[in-house]
Amino acid sequence: MQQRTLIQVEDLTHVYAPGTPFERVALRQVNLQIAAGKRVGILGPTGSGKSTLAQHLAGLLKPTVGHVLLDGVPVHSAPRDHRLQVGIAFQYPEDQIFEQTVFREVAFGPRNLGLDEAEVTARVRWALEMAGLDPETMSQRMPFTLSGGEMRRVALAGILALRPRVLILDEPTAGQDPQSRRGLLARILAWQEETGLTLVIISHALEELVLSPAEGLGQAVERLVILKEGQVVANGPTRHILSDDALLNAIGLEVPEHVKLLRALRQRGRKVRTDLVSAAEVATEIAHIWGLTPPPSPSPRRGGEEERRA
Amino acid sequence: MNQFFPGLYLPSDSPVHRLDPRVKMSAVLLLMMAPFALPYPEPVLSVVEGPGRRDGFWGYLLLSAFVALVSVVSRVPLLALLRTLRNLFWIGFFMFFLYIFTTPGQPLAAWGGITATWEGLLAAGAQIYRLCLLVVTASLLTFTTSPVQLSHGLEALLAPLEGLKLPVRELAMVLTIALRFVPTLFEEIEKITKAQRARGVDFRSGGPLQRARNLVPVFVPIFVSAFRRANDLATAMDARGFRCSPHRTRLRQLHLGLQDLVAVLVVLGTVLAAIGIERLA
Repeated sequence: MQQRTLIQVEDLTHVYAPGTPFERVALRQVNLQIAAGKRVGILGPTGSGKSTLAQHLAGLLKPTVGHVLLDGVPVHSAPRDHRLQVGIAFQYPEDQIFEQTVFREVAFGPRNLGLDEAEVTARVRWALEMAGLDPETMSQRMPFTLSGGEMRRVALAGILALRPRVLILDEPTAGQDPQSRRGLLARILAWQEETGLTLVIISHALEELVLSPAEGLGQAVERLVILKEGQVVANGPTRHILSDDALLNAIGLEVPEHVKLLRALRQRGRKVRTDLVSAAEVATEIAHIWGLTPPPSPSPRRGGEEERRA
Repeated sequence: MNQFFPGLYLPSDSPVHRLDPRVKMSAVLLLMMAPFALPYPEPVLSVVEGPGRRDGFWGYLLLSAFVALVSVVSRVPLLALLRTLRNLFWIGFFMFFLYIFTTPGQPLAAWGGITATWEGLLAAGAQIYRLCLLVVTASLLTFTTSPVQLSHGLEALLAPLEGLKLPVRELAMVLTIALRFVPTLFEEIEKITKAQRARGVDFRSGGPLQRARNLVPVFVPIFVSAFRRANDLATAMDARGFRCSPHRTRLRQLHLGLQDLVAVLVVLGTVLAAIGIERLA
């Protein structure tokens, strides 16, 4: 059941401002499948069509050509409640905050769903806790008096409270310091594990999508879709893509630091793998080539959690 | 930029783009006043003068041909120009009904107590056409002149009013900033609208009250970010030493060239010819 296709993108093309001097093709014949309960990363440089694709997945744009299906139904033209199974956080989601209290801000989505007050209250508490905010102290505060990081978490809670089956995050950590970045990403991955939702993270930084943000969470995303100039140039398991030097070089994205290190070792004649996604894995691999520990387990696709237990 | 806004500057290197903004602004002002100097099929006129009344046909033809020529020379796509007329739809719609039913004359059709007249149809058509001509002419200015040039030109044209203690430079700066932020504001509205749609707001249904209420989740964030932007901009201008000084100089001075003189003469000639044809006919 885990492998069931939830989202299907068929031959999707999107043209902005057609028939004007500003006409621009943002996506060209994109084909893509996302299985239920997976974590998928969409990666590409600025202007590669990532955000456009994200908005299509959430049914917020009308495809110029092609379809985006959720459970086999086109999301854009489906009734509202079908579309609302997909939650989306735009870049800088705190910009969408408008209510006078945190509680009302987070309750806005559930109330639009027509839920009764008891259910709304329960969802707000749950969503605030998931976002790492204390419902007791936060509920009655004014959102505009919070810090930037807190506002972002309130906004994310407002989307989580809709209890979407699919959550799309467009550059969720933009404009935050490295520590908040890791904290936020770890929290998002924990939601995914806890609720089994399908997670789509959009980023221009390979490192962010690959590196495990915390011990025990494994790689950030299991599958990577790489866009360039509106076309899918790669689509596969994260570790496959990491070990494909030729592909990474051709795309012209910044290679993660640890992959650079492992490549440098390889250039000096060491036999090392580059499909590693956490500091622990890199440490084990390096210790191994210096003969300090027994070789790592042969399975290349184990998660960090099993490794820690071992 | 993902969206196309009618009337926005379209960078190009056409002869019209290269004209001095002062010349373009004065020319557009003149061209926009010209239709009002022309006669048109006015009901009162037709009653007073009877058959053979003047309807300004040749004058309009000349002005329209000139505007068409300028748009070809300026390389503004025809579709972009026509799109600017979309904003006129409702006002044109109301004008049409107002004129066709209130103008006395030869009955065309009658429903109950109201009668549509042939003269009304003519008057409505002429008025709407006149309005379209105005909008296309004005759009040609904004399509071919960058916001900076526009405010620069405005400042130069209004400079004599500084003697009357009118803060012309400051007004021009305010205009520049406002024009600069129009597209930004539209992009922001689009983003927030989508974000709230993803949280279940349905902008397309509900009664008038619900629809009005739906605007709150969009406009509160827009105002918040507009104020923040204004603050940031003020700080940035301050940090660069901006002051409301009367002695500010410019990097690019405006100079009138031969092409500007030619443009002035051509526009003046066309407008006079258009009026002349009608007066002499």
